[in-house]
Amino acid sequence: MSQCKPLTLHVPEPSGRPGHETDFSYLHLAEAGAVRRPPLEVLPSDTSDLAYALVRVLDDDGNAVGPWAADIDRELLRRGMRAMMKTRIFDARMVIAQRQKKMSFYMQSLGEEAIGTAHALALQEGDMCFPTYRQQSLLMARDVPLVDLICQLLSNQRDPMKGRQLPVLYSVRAAGFFSISGNLATQFIQAVGWGMASAIKGDTKIASAWIGDGSTAESDFHTALTFAHVYQAPVILNVVNNQWAISTFQTLAGGESTTFAARGIGCGIASLRVDGNDFLAVYAASRWAAERARSNLGPTLIEWITYRAGPHSTSDDPSKYRPADDWSHFPLGDPIARLKQHLIRIGAWSEQEHQDTEKELEAQVIAAQKEAERYGTLASGQIPSPATMFEDVYKDMPEHLRQQRRQLGV
Amino acid sequence: MAAQKDVKSETIPMTMIQALRSAMDIMLERDSNVVIFGEDVGFFGGVFRCTDGLQAKYGPSRVFDAPISEGGIVGAAVGMAAYGLRPVVEIQFADYFYPASDQIVSEAARLRYRSAGEFTASMTIRMPCGGGIYGGQTHSQSPEALFTHVCGLRTVMPSNPYDAKGLLIASIENDDPVIFLEPKRLYNGPFDGHHDQPVVPWSKHPLGEVPEGYYTVPLESAAIYRPGAELTVLTYGTMVFVSAAAARETGIDAEIIDLRSLWPLDLETIVASVKKTGRCVVVHEATRTSGFGAELAALVQEHCFYHLEAPIERVTGWDTPYPHAQEWAYFPGPDRVGAAFKRALEAR
Ligand SMILES: Cc1ncc(C[n+]2csc(CCOP(=O)(O)OP(=O)(O)O)c2C)c(N)n1
Repeated sequence: MSQCKPLTLHVPEPSGRPGHETDFSYLHLAEAGAVRRPPLEVLPSDTSDLAYALVRVLDDDGNAVGPWAADIDRELLRRGMRAMMKTRIFDARMVIAQRQKKMSFYMQSLGEEAIGTAHALALQEGDMCFPTYRQQSLLMARDVPLVDLICQLLSNQRDPMKGRQLPVLYSVRAAGFFSISGNLATQFIQAVGWGMASAIKGDTKIASAWIGDGSTAESDFHTALTFAHVYQAPVILNVVNNQWAISTFQTLAGGESTTFAARGIGCGIASLRVDGNDFLAVYAASRWAAERARSNLGPTLIEWITYRAGPHSTSDDPSKYRPADDWSHFPLGDPIARLKQHLIRIGAWSEQEHQDTEKELEAQVIAAQKEAERYGTLASGQIPSPATMFEDVYKDMPEHLRQQRRQLGV
Repeated sequence: MAAQKDVKSETIPMTMIQALRSAMDIMLERDSNVVIFGEDVGFFGGVFRCTDGLQAKYGPSRVFDAPISEGGIVGAAVGMAAYGLRPVVEIQFADYFYPASDQIVSEAARLRYRSAGEFTASMTIRMPCGGGIYGGQTHSQSPEALFTHVCGLRTVMPSNPYDAKGLLIASIENDDPVIFLEPKRLYNGPFDGHHDQPVVPWSKHPLGEVPEGYYTVPLESAAIYRPGAELTVLTYGTMVFVSAAAARETGIDAEIIDLRSLWPLDLETIVASVKKTGRCVVVHEATRTSGFGAELAALVQEHCFYHLEAPIERVTGWDTPYPHAQEWAYFPGPDRVGAAFKRALEAR
């Protein structure tokens, strides 16, 4: 006779639901400065401890401490600060524009601004990022003209994507920002291929791949790790763990009792788990990974711990599935507030400068929005000509598309 | 429509395998951005030997083995193409492209469109396809309709060594993503469906004479494999030879059009032929319902309605998975094709 009790299916649940506070102890935080910084040549298997630890530089008082506290140029930190602020202000304005029905859709990156910003500043001209829809901070750090971005969001006559893509799915080749796809995770393996191409050609450029915690469950995440490892591709594999994938908590993507960085170790890839709201840690870890890639030492996987502070998109209402005040309890805080504290402490910023910068960026975004709206909005109907709808399907338009264009009468 | 032999240069007998290898050899030589990878294609030279010797000649950074991951192979190729390379990747059997569907449909096919031309996916995906080899369910499929339905892709299928080389070179040079389907039943010799008869090697067939050097067979150009007056056969791949056998055995003067490029295709050649013959039979190995034949029939109906003297016939694989033991009951052989010819001729 069997002594076994009936089996039960385990379906992970977040500790916090609307009306219940989240218990963030699952994050296993480390003190700032506590985690070692290995040499660039480290063996992937010798980074296993780092995949379960948390690289942090800024302590609670805003001091930069420990082995990852590199001597960073103040101007660069100030640039990073501005880019983060610009990202947040831009997001807030675009959410309003979406509510005013000037655009059909928008996605904020509230709370995640440090990751793309510091990472972009750690890369070099010519490196290619393969972003998701939540890395607009890469664009801000690379000073992409806001008018271009807003025209894309408005799908207007100046939209560089000619009205073909949903808002936010930018493509900015000149800024090393690969065309965003609606299909999750596909870009992760493409980044590896791009890095392989750079190696095949004996180039010195590297690729940077981006994915969210939820999307790591897609098969392309795994193919990317396998290919990156097999060919030692010059690529940084960034997993942005903002704890949520729409309404599903990161445990449902496989984060329970483990880390996403640990996936890298299993695949033979040097891996780090880093405080994604700590600008200095993001910059230092990105630099480390970029140098490894550029020195032909292979790929690095970095799990960035952060929190998706805003709704998933303008179509989402997070109060239906998580505590309304969750972000205020998230132990890693707000990346802008934390860098601000540090900059003020080292005398590179002030309350006054912060306010002035805020005003200036606000004006910049408003001016860009005004200019962009001059070229039309989806609501105003000033959209790219339907004739352009048939272009770029192929390099040269085949006969059947010419015929269909004629049928449309354009 | 293009003449089958438009280049006068030294020709030598080649199998389709040798012709494909020669195309890749030439393109590796001519364009340093061409790279070749896939499962077992490197050191070993491919399970069908199509890439034999290429790694030794061009080195492992140009021709290399890939992990068993179709999604990874195509996904990495998309990234390489975005960088500026011209990858030529192999899916070991067309039956195994499904794990790469997302990368093919959502990415390779759409990259140019969605980025308004900022990024492109100039790449060729080679896949051995088709049945007639006792390949069972997962070594016999003809999934072309799954590609022709995808906007942004080009789908090509040669039926002989001469076209295989010229079309593959043209595909590699083309700036759009090309799905290059290779009927593996034709790798070593033409096959007309008479499985009980000995296989004739390509060395005994005029289309097995292949120029050694560079030439192309243009995409979007069909070939009239057999001129005829009584009816038009729209076909490709192995079915070209099956249709020719059916014409021979029924004595029906069929005009057999080898489409070569399935989509976009050479509509002009098709329409001119059907307008001339007034009758049309579509033949393919793939399953019937929503198969590529449905598109062909619809096109003929739209463009040749007033010239048609009979309903358009379709001879295809049955709407079943590809069976093993029942291979020859499944495979549309010359008898089934011939019967359709007769029906098309007798219809009033
Ligand atoms: C292949 C695919 N499946 C589903 C979706 C719908 N979808 C869009 S975003 C999203 C959640 C992604 O979450 P995550 O990867 O954690 O990124 P985050 O939104 O948190 O930045 C889903 C399910 C999609 N876009 N693509």
